[in-house]
Amino acid sequence: MSASVLQLHYDVPGDDFTRAGEASSAIKNKLKQMGIAPDVIRNVAIATYEGEINMVIHANGGTIDVTIDADAISLVLKDTGAGIPDVELAMREGYTTAKEEIRALGFGAGMGLPNMKKYTDEFELKSEVGQGTEVNMKVYLKK
Amino acid sequence: MINLLKLNEKYDSFFHSISLDAGSCRGCINCLKRCPTEAIRVRKGKSEIINEYCTDCGACIRVCPHHAKKATFDSLDYMSEYEYKIALPPPELYAQFNNLDDKNLVLNALVSLGFDDVYEVASAAELVSEITRKLLKDEKTRLPVISSACPSVIRLIRVRFPNLVDSISPIVSPMEMAANAAVQLAMLRTRLPREKIGVFYITPCPAKVTEIYAPLGVSKSQIDKAVALSDIYPRLLPLMKKIAADETGSFPKELGKAGRIGISWGCHGGEAGGLLTDKYLAVDGIENVIKALEDLEDSKFKDLEFIELNACSGGCVGGVLAVENPYMAKVKLTTLRKYLPVSGTHIDEAVPPYAYHDKKIEYQPVYSLGETLEESISLMNKVDELVKRFPGLDCGCCGAPTCRAHSEDVARGIASERDCIHILRNYVNKKEELKKFED
Repeated sequence: MSASVLQLHYDVPGDDFTRAGEASSAIKNKLKQMGIAPDVIRNVAIATYEGEINMVIHANGGTIDVTIDADAISLVLKDTGAGIPDVELAMREGYTTAKEEIRALGFGAGMGLPNMKKYTDEFELKSEVGQGTEVNMKVYLKK
Repeated sequence: MINLLKLNEKYDSFFHSISLDAGSCRGCINCLKRCPTEAIRVRKGKSEIINEYCTDCGACIRVCPHHAKKATFDSLDYMSEYEYKIALPPPELYAQFNNLDDKNLVLNALVSLGFDDVYEVASAAELVSEITRKLLKDEKTRLPVISSACPSVIRLIRVRFPNLVDSISPIVSPMEMAANAAVQLAMLRTRLPREKIGVFYITPCPAKVTEIYAPLGVSKSQIDKAVALSDIYPRLLPLMKKIAADETGSFPKELGKAGRIGISWGCHGGEAGGLLTDKYLAVDGIENVIKALEDLEDSKFKDLEFIELNACSGGCVGGVLAVENPYMAKVKLTTLRKYLPVSGTHIDEAVPPYAYHDKKIEYQPVYSLGETLEESISLMNKVDELVKRFPGLDCGCCGAPTCRAHSEDVARGIASERDCIHILRNYVNKKEELKKFED
């Protein structure tokens, strides 16, 4: 591992909904210790939070890998859930397939994926029905 | 590398008023483990405060069994240095006395003590409430607004919550508002120059002492001295008894006009209550405040207009320099405010310019491991490696509050791995085994 790269790995458990958001919170606090600009921290925190919630609601958990180097913060969110049949539709603001009881808690407003795209500089989503979903995102560190 | 002990030279705005009586400190870990911002280390058997992390919340003063952590404040003897002296009593002062049904007794006793004038902080608080109500109605205001009243909370936000700094209310705290209003009145009345007028705030906590000497948001505080509530309380008692026994009917004089809104600021929830909206969140106790700020930063709270945060449980009545139990104090304030008008103080003309901060509160990344990103990355990798070597008991025996904090100190080069008694034991055992082998 190169000295100028920091890698963080988080397992997101899918069985306890009340713990959703803990990984993104931990990532946020790490970034504060790195002296990263506040707006970058906010963008990464939102993107990972939305992704983490999605993994818990739809995919029974997954993993988050964060790589920080001099240029950017790269985020890889992977799960082995049901996959997304129509990615274009899923990217539409307000489109949701979340269950009623989840929506009652204020989640599943159909803003998760659109927000992840909105708050990152690079966004790529690969999904296969029955196999799972992988989201690759990057937030640039402006010099 | 950022050397914590040297950081203070870089930022003089990190002055803080809690100090250590080294003679009484036994180097136990009570304060170390209870400091909510991990600002304490025990080094060479004594508890040291890392200035940049300390928010003067007073938690260490509360838990120290040896009374080694102390709040610093000014002596009342300073009164002799001014020609015209003004006392600024906060509402929590009224909550200290049994069976008080007229706050004028307290205000008259302050005059008997030697003050030429008194200006109720509760009155100024009503002005702050009124200006804040207007701020919340202004459509240009980004909601929610975070209260600027608790200096400990403001210090916490500026080092730990970079994305919330801009949400802090631009309106000054009631004590600063009171000082400005009182000084203006006094200068008009006495025609004395400013330096001959002494403004004395009666403080319930060390954080407010810090705010007076190293203010955030205002360039210079108009308060000259901070005297401790616990210091003034026993002096007021006999004076109040004397005034209450007066049979001429001319005492106590009407010296304060603050109403329910102003008085209520002394307790948790009072500030928010004065905004006449139900879309507020009021949190007390520094640990709860930290949790609330985390959630707020993650946008977990929706549809809120205002957030009141008090570092002390119960609000300002819970300050470490208060005398009465904070929950009893609340009962007393409730009784005291019973027959008061809703608000006794109003903005008659334009909002005075001193009602607003004249300096931006800036984020200070003191928790940053290194000075550059590259350095931070390399230190964080080191910390992540180190933390695996420690037992994870967070016992505090090394002098750092957690194994993680100790790993950071070791990575920064200000502590040694062998400060950990578990690592040291293994090291000694290994040495002994080697010795046996040699023998």
